[in-house]
Amino acid sequence: MNQPEAKGLERRAAMATLLADRKDDLLVIPGLGSTCWDLAAAGDNDRNFYLWGAMGGAAMIGLGLALAQPDKRVLVVTGDGEMLMGMGALATIGIQQPPNLAIVVFDNGHYGETGMQPSHTYNGGVDLLAVAKGCGIGTCLDVSDASALAGLADRLRTADGTLFARVAIASGEAPRVLPERDGVVLKSRFRAAIGV
Amino acid sequence: MSAPAATIDWPEQLYGTLKRAGIRQVGYVPDAGHARLIDRCRADPDIHDVVLTTEEEGVALAAGAWLGGQRAVLLMQSSGVGNCINMLSLARSCRFPMMMMITMRGEWEEFNPWQEPMGSIVDPVLRLSDAEIYRATKPEEVEGLAERAVQHVFGDERIAALLLSQQLIGKKVWTK
Repeated sequence: MNQPEAKGLERRAAMATLLADRKDDLLVIPGLGSTCWDLAAAGDNDRNFYLWGAMGGAAMIGLGLALAQPDKRVLVVTGDGEMLMGMGALATIGIQQPPNLAIVVFDNGHYGETGMQPSHTYNGGVDLLAVAKGCGIGTCLDVSDASALAGLADRLRTADGTLFARVAIASGEAPRVLPERDGVVLKSRFRAAIGV
Repeated sequence: MSAPAATIDWPEQLYGTLKRAGIRQVGYVPDAGHARLIDRCRADPDIHDVVLTTEEEGVALAAGAWLGGQRAVLLMQSSGVGNCINMLSLARSCRFPMMMMITMRGEWEEFNPWQEPMGSIVDPVLRLSDAEIYRATKPEEVEGLAERAVQHVFGDERIAALLLSQQLIGKKVWTK
């Protein structure tokens, strides 16, 4: 099947924009796969908890962390496939509404890690933004150009209230940048960095 | 001398164990066997009670809580164990403490035969997932086993399941 290239932002540049001028109070959870490599490519940080598995769990890890650390900002950046697998998490987060949690979906409409098969969001299929809105998440942003991305980056630093954003990502894959993969090391260094 | 079994309020004892252990997050899929414990947690302003759409969410929740320095437990029915299996790899890969309190179905005077397939494999499936199993069949066993399980989980960053047998909970009363 011939697939049109998804229109959108370049993923590595988008991640770099979201993390520009990153402060120590920002804790970041990527989904497994492409967003994990994107986060590593933006620069390693002890306050990143890279996921090499647990597909569908990124948003819920973010929720547990946000509830435990109300004075810090928690940013989950995951892909459309990972979010689809754990879509119930948006309902659970909609009930909790921790003001310090942001869920950002890099939506390229494909499963990049497995050979770019189309996902449910491909070509306007399933609308994750509408799902998040339907789950009652306070602020839901549709980000499809550079100025909206800059606005999202600003809101990540300042916003008070649970936030969901869908970022339209071009469907090209970037080279893999592999972070540390020892889970115990990742956990321990994260906890040490935030002093727990 | 311990109290006679009939007077032991084990859901209240479980709540006491959670409080002594400093549990701050409780994830659960609503369950009749855990109803009283869930009510107690929901009424406690020091506990984040997190109702889940599926039990695997709770595994990820507990991992996030520990990353942030809080202790969490998961409450579920035996049927929920099957929903957790892949997510438990998170606990095993990273050594996240994972405390599960599981009410059993499908094992004693079960009215609904569809509960039996999952109920009958809870124990081996959890063992394969590297969980330590603590099974309570009598009211007087619950508190001591819960205390030991909690110590095991948070003291050594391990996975444990407290199985509350159907005999302990009583058969589900069905009306038609």
